Amino acid sequence: MSDSKYFQTTKKGEIHELKEELLSQKEDKKKEAVKKVIAAMTVGKDVSMLFTHVLNCMQTHNLELKKLVYLYVMNYAKNHPDRAILAVNTFQKDASDPNPLIRALAVRTMGCIRVDNITEYLCEPLRFCLKDQDPYVRKTAAVCVAKLYDINPELVENQGFLDILNDMLGDSNPMVVANAVASLTEIDEVSKTEVFMIHAGNLAKLLAALNECTEWGQVFILNALCKYTPRDSREAESVCERVAPRLQHANSAVVLSAVKVLMKYLNTVQSPDFVKMYCKKMAPPLVTLLSKEPEIQFLGLRNINLIVQKRPEILQYEMKVFFCKYNDPIYVKMEKLEIMIMLANEKNIDEVLLEFKEYATEVDVEFVRKAVRAIGRCAIKIERSSERCIQVLLDLIQTKVNYVVQEAIIVIKDIFRKYPGKYEGIIATLCANLESLDEPEAKASMIWIIGEYAERIDNAHELLGSFLESFKDESSQVQLQLLTSIVKLFLKRPKDAQQMVQTVLNMSTQESDNPDLRDRGFVYWRLLSTDFEAAKAVVLSEKPLITDTTSQLDDLLLNELVSNISTLSSVYHKPPETFVAKLKGLNKRGLRVKDEEDDEEPDYVDDDNLHNNHGNNNNQHGGNQQQHHQQNQQQQQQQRQGSLIDLGLGDLDLGSPAGSSGGFNSPYGSGGGYPQQQQTPPQQQQSPSDLSFLSFDGQQQQGGGPQVQKQILIGSDKGQGIQISGAFARYNGRVSLELTLLNLSGAPMNKFKIQFYQNSFGVAPVEPILNCPAVDNNQSVDVSVPITSNGQIVQPLNTAINMAMMVLPSQAKFYFQMTFPYQVLFNEGGQLDRENYLSMWKSIPDQNERSKDIQIRLQQFDVDSISRRLQSRNVFEIVRRKAQNQEMCCYSVKTDNSIYFLVQLTFVAQSRVVRCEYKSPAVDFMPLFEHTIDLLINNQI
Amino acid sequence: MISALFLMNGKGEVLISRIYRDDISRGVANAFRLEVVSSKENRSPVKLIGSTSFMYIKVGGIYVVGVTRQNVNACLVFEVLHQLVDIFKSYFDNFDEDSIRNNFVLVYELLDEILDFGYPQNCSTDVLKLYITQGQGKLKSIDKLKQDKISKITIQATGTTPWRTPDIKHKRNEIYIDVVESVNLLMSAEGNILRADVTGQVMMKCYLSGMPECKFGMNDKVLMDREKGAPASAPRARRTNGVEIDDITFHQCVKLGKFDTDRTISFIPPDGEFELMKYRTTEHINLPFKVIPIVKEMGRTRIEASVTVKSNFSSKMFGTNVKVIIPTPKNTAVCKIVVAAGKAKYIPEQDAIVWRIRRFPGDTELTLRAEVDLMASVNLDKKAWSRPPISMEFQVTMFTASGFFVRFLKVVEKSGYTPIKWVRYLTKAGTYQNRI
Repeated sequence: MSDSKYFQTTKKGEIHELKEELLSQKEDKKKEAVKKVIAAMTVGKDVSMLFTHVLNCMQTHNLELKKLVYLYVMNYAKNHPDRAILAVNTFQKDASDPNPLIRALAVRTMGCIRVDNITEYLCEPLRFCLKDQDPYVRKTAAVCVAKLYDINPELVENQGFLDILNDMLGDSNPMVVANAVASLTEIDEVSKTEVFMIHAGNLAKLLAALNECTEWGQVFILNALCKYTPRDSREAESVCERVAPRLQHANSAVVLSAVKVLMKYLNTVQSPDFVKMYCKKMAPPLVTLLSKEPEIQFLGLRNINLIVQKRPEILQYEMKVFFCKYNDPIYVKMEKLEIMIMLANEKNIDEVLLEFKEYATEVDVEFVRKAVRAIGRCAIKIERSSERCIQVLLDLIQTKVNYVVQEAIIVIKDIFRKYPGKYEGIIATLCANLESLDEPEAKASMIWIIGEYAERIDNAHELLGSFLESFKDESSQVQLQLLTSIVKLFLKRPKDAQQMVQTVLNMSTQESDNPDLRDRGFVYWRLLSTDFEAAKAVVLSEKPLITDTTSQLDDLLLNELVSNISTLSSVYHKPPETFVAKLKGLNKRGLRVKDEEDDEEPDYVDDDNLHNNHGNNNNQHGGNQQQHHQQNQQQQQQQRQGSLIDLGLGDLDLGSPAGSSGGFNSPYGSGGGYPQQQQTPPQQQQSPSDLSFLSFDGQQQQGGGPQVQKQILIGSDKGQGIQISGAFARYNGRVSLELTLLNLSGAPMNKFKIQFYQNSFGVAPVEPILNCPAVDNNQSVDVSVPITSNGQIVQPLNTAINMAMMVLPSQAKFYFQMTFPYQVLFNEGGQLDRENYLSMWKSIPDQNERSKDIQIRLQQFDVDSISRRLQSRNVFEIVRRKAQNQEMCCYSVKTDNSIYFLVQLTFVAQSRVVRCEYKSPAVDFMPLFEHTIDLLINNQI
Repeated sequence: MISALFLMNGKGEVLISRIYRDDISRGVANAFRLEVVSSKENRSPVKLIGSTSFMYIKVGGIYVVGVTRQNVNACLVFEVLHQLVDIFKSYFDNFDEDSIRNNFVLVYELLDEILDFGYPQNCSTDVLKLYITQGQGKLKSIDKLKQDKISKITIQATGTTPWRTPDIKHKRNEIYIDVVESVNLLMSAEGNILRADVTGQVMMKCYLSGMPECKFGMNDKVLMDREKGAPASAPRARRTNGVEIDDITFHQCVKLGKFDTDRTISFIPPDGEFELMKYRTTEHINLPFKVIPIVKEMGRTRIEASVTVKSNFSSKMFGTNVKVIIPTPKNTAVCKIVVAAGKAKYIPEQDAIVWRIRRFPGDTELTLRAEVDLMASVNLDKKAWSRPPISMEFQVTMFTASGFFVRFLKVVEKSGYTPIKWVRYLTKAGTYQNRI
């Protein structure tokens, strides 16, 4: 029997005919007719006009017919909400049918009909079905609660369905438990309040159900287990023991979910032996994933990538299983290659290199390139292998295959960077391949090599000269590199390159309209014309060493991804919020302020929802245009709104050139690290009391938060799409970083993560994720980041702190540097009494004593006001003595990490010099402290 | 969870669409068609378009696509997709455009039962067949079933052993065990084994009455060492040639907790055919065939190949359906082939010489010699031949490359019958490749 005949009627009078048939008295005929209707629905025809007629067939005892009608109703109820109500009666009757399959079917279908007046009638039957004696009905009802919550959360909450669901966790039937878990998990994700709490009580129930339910149920339960944080090591161990057998399951979703649970719980386990044992247990099942279907292999590999980064010990001996088979799908090969690089070490590198070399001769260009790059990355990662890697790369260059050669040159450049002075012997070979280079990156790399080693390449000027001929046609990457390399050549061999350097500077500054190129050209020009030696020092300075970080995720992201193992997030290597457009339900409950935000998303998948149905291409196209139109309008609006800010920024650029260039000039930590602050443009200030720094005393107590002069850290002028300005402050005994974030990227930014690199002060943000709302384009937000100072301290002392800010959803990362103002660490509790001061002074050895004459640069001053100012910055006065024509004051300071500084200031009448003698157990910080005191006295901070 | 499921043909036309959640409309199929089906640059089975994720597999020319807008468990989705295909296959024998169109009502009904609100519910065909009976002429329609029968079904569908009904009766209680091993080999051109592993399957065909409790035993090295080490057992004369198994996965009927504690494999089997377990080993593998290739490129227009294949098992056994596939460059013109046994032929579509040997005796060496003439290539800077590996296909019965064997299968049932047991072993090639 074949159903395909139902597709074949495409006559004009079809609908009319169908109506007749649907009205037929014979069940069989009705069924035939409904099948035709469904067939039409399947191919995308609109048969919604038959709604009433189909509905008439609903009251039947024929289950097959009933299912078909239900299917139809589910699809079209939305189009006919008024008529859908006619179905309610039958639904309610079916929900109390003696046949459990029909009861379940009724509840299941009703939940899918998103029509308000039907939903109301759903509550009563649902309540009964949740307590039905038949487990099949109960498990269906459990899922139905989640459906209802999706339509109307308040209703679910008011009706107490959530409590019933929670009770169902103790149901005798494992499938009911599993579905209740799935339902609760989903509701919990979108709910404002925590509706699914896992505690010791239901943890045991879940673990018990885990052994009995279906594979899918196991996945639901394992996912839910990840929500729970074990109280102690013992609890974590016992959960691990219960979960570990799941690793042997044939279903890879169960396996990966179990791995996720183990990865989480092992964090709490204290016994290293236990951790080791379970890491060992996880390896074989992960490897087994690679003998599954290719799609599952791919998922497995994406997850293994994360697992290897998090716990490298798990798969450290499993290199061979990641070798690519010739007929693996390309997406599997690419992932395997990535993992091979991660696992490569001194022991297995020989084998690995042979493999890479083999891959470099395969057919797929992208794969070949990646293989060549992999060789370079191994050379950088494993020092002892670099020689062999170079050899393999040279072999590959001999193949003369165009893209292989280019890729090899790109990685060789990196190897030169990593091991300067080691492999320059091969430069000649590289130069022999100049003609085959046609890709910008390869060209730029080659040019960099020539410039960097100009003194060793006799004909460097000829080589660069040949590139220079086509300067104007090159991409900007090549142009920039060529400019730099010619300048390098000139500095090394002035005679050979004099003409060339003039040409290239002219071309970059006068004939190019690329701002980056012009800027760089001007910088070089000025450098060269002012001071040749200084130019040499700057341009030919030593470069910091590089490491291979291509595939490394930063810890924050990695941890988040590991907690999302086996989900899409772990496939994309992106946090969920970056690709899940809207957390469902939020807008419905009015949590989002602006509704339009949701529609703004340029997503033509979504706009199909607006322009309903019909898989018709033209229609979709039209929809697209309309969407674009809306978007444009919106953008224009935003621009208009933002225009004031734009103007302000224009002012900023013109008004304070010194402010932006100052950052380049002053070496961090020396002398005037701070003057820039004073030049902060007025636009950036938050309060009208913008002159507050002139009389700082007591001002801090005003207002709701600290008032600070923010310094621009990342400017809009670099075209990076964000402007970050900020300053450290101390307010009410807490250190914070006050930031202003201005979004210029053209797209909304949802979330910001900040990261401090290790620094000399041990400061770090308390919470990496900034506590601030989403920022629309051209909007700015002020945010205060609480700072702790008990992190690791790195020597030698450097007042600069490197930071990075990651912006979601774009995942763009911005790096910047801030000079840390030492005085914000001065603690409120630093006041010593006299005896303690004296005994401490004596206990510190004399070699820790320094003295310095501080020049007072204030117009007018007196000892009292200085002392008051110091006091307000937690430099506490202990005692003051007056003698003839001088006044001596003692102060104590304690930093947040408990370093004491004891200070004596001696003021001489009529003199603008203060003698400062001070002692501290921490010698390293003394110069910095001295500098800080200087600035404090002179009211410069 | 899964928001929608689509079945599409090779052109991207929707055959069946089943929307489970409100956040997806049928129109997304167009996005998929444009971005995936008609795009050549397609390098991942997961595709994010806008904020909609598509996960798909392609079987028999049909795209099976799961769509979602949430951060779902991707692995679960793919497992569902694969199992869906299995279910369809078992309901209507093959899985292609025609069979889907011919059974679309049934497909809808199945999709409705397998997934609820995008959550997978029951994928066991045996149970589904109890109450989804469309188009199955021989089965009674569910409407006519008695009340108690129906509740039996529902308990079955939700219970702890959803894969088996309690009232099965067979006249003859029989059980067939098939151990099928696939050998994967990757050998370098120099003859070094880069990787060799075996994936084995234990397939069962159970025709047992009632609710039999089964216990399966094999020569698992861990267990056998444990038994040997136990002081109670006397030193055995038979040497324990246990297999070192790297990893095992089991059918859902196997009690995993029990295996974890004492490595016994106990289960209540489903009726009929199923895969009891899958295992993987990498140690001490007896490679059934060894290939010794010599492929020389003589200038630009000629290749000389000599491929020797040696069978590495007892002369009492033999390999069947042996096929050696020797790749040749795309611009091959003529091949002159000489073989000692079997038939060899150049097949232009595959760019390879395929050598078939119906029956390959054990402990034998056979050689193929070939001279390949190439057409002179027109463009000179053409990339050199990438020399793809030689691959092999074969089957060897009553032989396991890992040395795996079944030690026992105990069946305990209330009625106390003794079933008849049959065991077969088969080793075949997985990806068996030699680089040249």
